[in-house]
Amino acid sequence: MTHWFALLDHDTLTYIWFFLLGVLITGYAILDGFDLGVGILHPFIARTDTERRLVMNSIGPLWDGNEVWLVTFGGALFAAFPNAYATIFSSFYTAFFLLLTCLIGRAVSLEFRSKVQSRLWRQFWDAGFFLSSFTAALLLGIAAGNIMAGMELGPKFLYQGSLLSQVYWYPLLVGAMTVMLFALHGAIYLYLKTEGELQNRVRAKITPIFLAFCVIYAVVSFSTWIHVPHATHNLFAYPVLWLVPALNFLAVLNIPRAMYLGRPGYAFFTSTMVIAALACLFSVGIFPNLMLSSIDPEYSINMFNGRSSRDTLMTMLVIAIIGFPCVLSYTFVIYWIFRGKVKLDPHSY
Amino acid sequence: MDVEILSRLQFAGTIMFHYLFPPLSIGLGLQLFLCELMYFRSRDLAWEAAARFWTRVFAVNFAMGVATGIVMEFEFGTNWAVYSRFVGDVFGSALAAEGVFAFFLESGFLAVLVFGWDRVSPKMHLLSTLMVFLGSMFSAVWIVVANSWQQTPAGFHIVEQEIQGELIPRAEVTDFWAMVFNPSSVDRLTHTLIGAFVLGGFFVASVSAYYLLKNVHREVARRCLKISLPTTLVCTVASAMSGHHSAQQLVKTQPAKLAAIEAHFETTGEPTGLWLFGWPDSETESVKYGVQLPYLLSFMVYSDFETPVPGMDKIPPEDRPPVWLPFQTFHLMVGLGTLMIVVSAGACWYWLRGTLIEKRWLMWTIVCMPIAATAANQAGWITAETGRQPWIVYPSVQNGVEMIGLRTSDGLSESVTAEQVLGSIILFSIIYLLLFAVWVFVLNGKIQHGPESPEQLAEYKASIHKGGMAELIEQQGTSRGGRSMLDEVVR
Ligand code: HDD
Ligand code: HEM
Ligand code: HEM
Repeated sequence: MTHWFALLDHDTLTYIWFFLLGVLITGYAILDGFDLGVGILHPFIARTDTERRLVMNSIGPLWDGNEVWLVTFGGALFAAFPNAYATIFSSFYTAFFLLLTCLIGRAVSLEFRSKVQSRLWRQFWDAGFFLSSFTAALLLGIAAGNIMAGMELGPKFLYQGSLLSQVYWYPLLVGAMTVMLFALHGAIYLYLKTEGELQNRVRAKITPIFLAFCVIYAVVSFSTWIHVPHATHNLFAYPVLWLVPALNFLAVLNIPRAMYLGRPGYAFFTSTMVIAALACLFSVGIFPNLMLSSIDPEYSINMFNGRSSRDTLMTMLVIAIIGFPCVLSYTFVIYWIFRGKVKLDPHSY
Repeated sequence: MDVEILSRLQFAGTIMFHYLFPPLSIGLGLQLFLCELMYFRSRDLAWEAAARFWTRVFAVNFAMGVATGIVMEFEFGTNWAVYSRFVGDVFGSALAAEGVFAFFLESGFLAVLVFGWDRVSPKMHLLSTLMVFLGSMFSAVWIVVANSWQQTPAGFHIVEQEIQGELIPRAEVTDFWAMVFNPSSVDRLTHTLIGAFVLGGFFVASVSAYYLLKNVHREVARRCLKISLPTTLVCTVASAMSGHHSAQQLVKTQPAKLAAIEAHFETTGEPTGLWLFGWPDSETESVKYGVQLPYLLSFMVYSDFETPVPGMDKIPPEDRPPVWLPFQTFHLMVGLGTLMIVVSAGACWYWLRGTLIEKRWLMWTIVCMPIAATAANQAGWITAETGRQPWIVYPSVQNGVEMIGLRTSDGLSESVTAEQVLGSIILFSIIYLLLFAVWVFVLNGKIQHGPESPEQLAEYKASIHKGGMAELIEQQGTSRGGRSMLDEVVR
C-alpha cells in the first residue's frame, strides 16, 4: 500500500485534487441544484398551504445533506489550494456574504415556516424561501461567470477589483442561466415527487422553463465564445474534449424527449447530466487555472502555485478514499428511505 | 475603525453566535440517544414520547447550528486570507475531514432521525440517532483540533513559498498525527465536549423541571429527569477535573495566557495564590477589590503547594495578551462550574430521597441552569481565544528549532476594506438578531406544546398501522385515532 502511494508524486496529486474538487462542486450543483430549483418554483406552483408544505417537504430530509457538498468543497479547497481559497473568498467578499445570507435564509425558512399557525408568518417565510433560493442560484452563477472570464488579480494574488467590477453583463448572463437550469432541474424533481393536480401544474411549467433555458443557454454559449476566448483554448488543444459540449447539447435535447416519452426519472437523470456536463465544460475552460487574472496571466492562481504540500494532498487523498464510500453509501440509504411521493406526517416541516 | 478590529469583532460575534447551538446539539444528542435507548429496552411509550419531543427541539436547534456554521467555514477565507495561506496546508485538511467524516454523517442521519419515525424500524431509528450524535461529536473533534493547533502548533515546519518573486512563509505538515494530537487538543476536546454534555443535561432537566412545576406532562418529565440529572452531576464534576488538566497544560505551552487569566503580573519566589474575584488593571499591574486564596494557583497548576507560577513579567511586552477580559471570563466559567456542581449534586440528592419535586426553589434553580451552562461555554472560549492574543498562530519550538508564529494583526485579508467588513457586520447583526428572536419564539412554542402523552402516542401509532398516513390526513375529520397528533399535520 505504502509503496503504491509513493508512486504518486506532487504533480499527480495536484491533478487528482483539481479533479476531485471538480467532482465536489459538480455534486453540489446537481444536488443543491434541485433544492434551489424547488425554492425558485415554490411560489409559482403551490397554491394552498398544504401544497406549499408538500413542495417544501419534497426536499425536507435532503437539502441539508446536499449543502454539505458545498461545505466540503470549501474545506477541500482550503486544504488543497489554500492560496486559491484565500484569494477567491476575499475577492468575492460582499457577494459571498450575500450568498451566505441566502443559505441561512433557506435553512431557517424551511425549518420555521410551518411551526406557527399564522398566515403572515407563513407568507413571510415563503417569501424568504423563494428569494433566498433565487438569489443563491443567481450569485453562484455570477461567481462562476467571473471565474470563467477572469478577474482583476494583481501581483502576489491580491485582488484589485471591487463588487461593481464583478457585476456586468457576462456574469449576469451566466447567473440567469444558472437560475433557469436549476429551475428546470427542480421542476423535473418536483414532478417525480408530487401527484395529482399539483403534479399537473408542475408539468405545465416544464416546457416554458425548458424553452427559456434553451434561449439563455444559446446566448451564454455564444457570448463565451466571443467574450472569453481562453475558454475554448483547451478544447482546441485537446479536440477529444469536444465530446463534452456535444454530449451537453444532446443531453439538453433529451429532456423534452424523455418527458414526452413519459419517463420523468430518465428526464431527471438527463438534467443531472446537463449540469454535470456544464460543470465539466467550466473546468475544461479554466484548467489549469483556479483564478485567472485579467490583468496579466502571470498573476493567475493556477493549480501549481496555489497548492498545498505533497504530504497534505496525500493525507487528504487517504481521507477521501476512506470517507467517500461511506458518504456515498449513506447518501444512497437516505435517498432510498425517502423515495416515492412526498407525504406529510407529524414530523414534516 | 480599522479592518483588524472589525474583523476580530466579526469573527468573535459570528463564532459566539454559532457556539450557542453546537453545544446544545451535542448535549441534546446524548440525551436523545439515552431516551431512545431506554425506549428500545423497555418499550415504554413514555420514553418514545420523550424521544419524539426532544427530536423536535433538536431539529430546530440543529438548523440554527447549520445555518450559522456555514458562515464560519468561509470566514477564514473572506476575512483572514493571510492566515488562511499560512495555515491552509496544516489545518485545511482538518476542515475537509470534518466535512467528509462528520457533517455528511450528521446531516444524512438527521433526516432519518427527524423524518423517519414512522418510516423505519425502531432499531434503524436508534442507529440513526446514534450516528447523528457521533457525527456531532466528530465535527467537534476536527474543528477543535484545528483550533488547538493554532494555540499549540506541532507536527509542522515553516517553508518559504515563492510567489511571483517574493518569499512568503507558510506552515507545512510534516507529521499528520503529531498535528492532530498536538499538546492541547486532547485536553481541549474533552473539556469542550463535557461542557456540551453539561448544557444538554441541564437543558433537559430544566424543561422537565418546568413541566413538573406546572404539573403537566408528568410521566415524560419524571423519566427525563432520571437520565438528565445524573448526566449533569457526572459531567459538571468531570468539567472541573478536565479544566484543571487544561490549566496544567497551559503553564507549559501558553504561560502568557495562564498569567492573564489569573492576573498574575509578577513572578515571586513564593507559592502563588488564586484570585476568587477582582478587577485587574494592566496599567498599574495590580488587582483591585480582589480576594486571593493563598497557594491555590500553585496547586491548580503544579498539584503542589510550593512551586511559584511564572507571571506576566516573563513575557515580552509586545507578546502580552489582554488581562481583564480573560481574567473575568475565566472566573465566570469557574464560578458557574462550581455553582452547577452544587446544584446538580443537591438535585440528585433530593431526587434519590424522593423529595426533589417538593423543593420548589431548587426546581426553579434547575429551570434557570441552561443559562449558566451556556454562559460557561461562551466564557470558556473567550478565555481561550483572547488569552491567545496577540497571536493567531502561536510561535513554537519543533525538534529544537524555533518556528515563527503569526500575529492576529498580520493575518487579515489584504484586499478587504473596512467598509466591506462593517457592511457585513451590520448585515449579519440584523440577520442574527432576527434569527435569535425567531429561534427563541419557536423553541418556546415547542416547549409550551410539550410531548404527547403515552396514550396519545399509542392511539396515533395504532392509527397509522390501520390506514396509510395519506388516507388519515384526507379523512382527518372522521378518523378517531391519534387525533391530536394528526391535528399537527393538518394545521
Ligand atoms: C464543539 C463543537 C463545534 C465548534 C467549536 C464549531 N462547530 Fe460548527 N458545528 C458543530 C460543532 C462545532 C456541530 C455540532 O456539528 C453543528 C452545530 C449544530 C449543528 O447542528 O451542527 C455545526 C455546524 C457547522 C456547519 C454546518 C454543517 C452542516 O451543514 O451540516 C459548518 C459548516 C460548521 N459548523 C463550521 C464550523 C467552523 C468553521 C467552526 C470554527 C470556526 C465551527 N463550526 C465551530
Ligand atoms: C466555538 C467556540 C469558539 C468561540 C466561542 C470562539 C471565540 C472567539 C473570540 C471571542 C475571538 C475574538 C478574540 C479577540 O479578537 O480578542 C475569536 C477569534 C478567533 N478564533 Fe475563536 N472561538 C471559537 C472557536 C474557534 C475555532 C474552532 C477556531 C479555529 C479553528 C477559531 C479561530 C479563531 C480565529 C482565526 C480568530 C480571529 C483572530 C482573533 O481575533 O484572534 N476559533 N474566537
Ligand atoms: C469548574 C472548573 C473549571 C475549570 C478549572 C476550567 C478551566 C478551564 C481552562 C484553564 C480553560 C482554558 C484552556 C485553554 O485555553 O487551553 C478552559 C476553557 C474552556 N472551558 Fe472551562 N473550566 C471549568 C469549568 C467549565 C465548565 C463548567 C464549562 C461549560 C459548561 C467550561 C467550558 C469551557 C470551554 C467551552 C472552554 C474553551 C475550550 C478550551 O479551551 O478547552 N469550563 N476551562
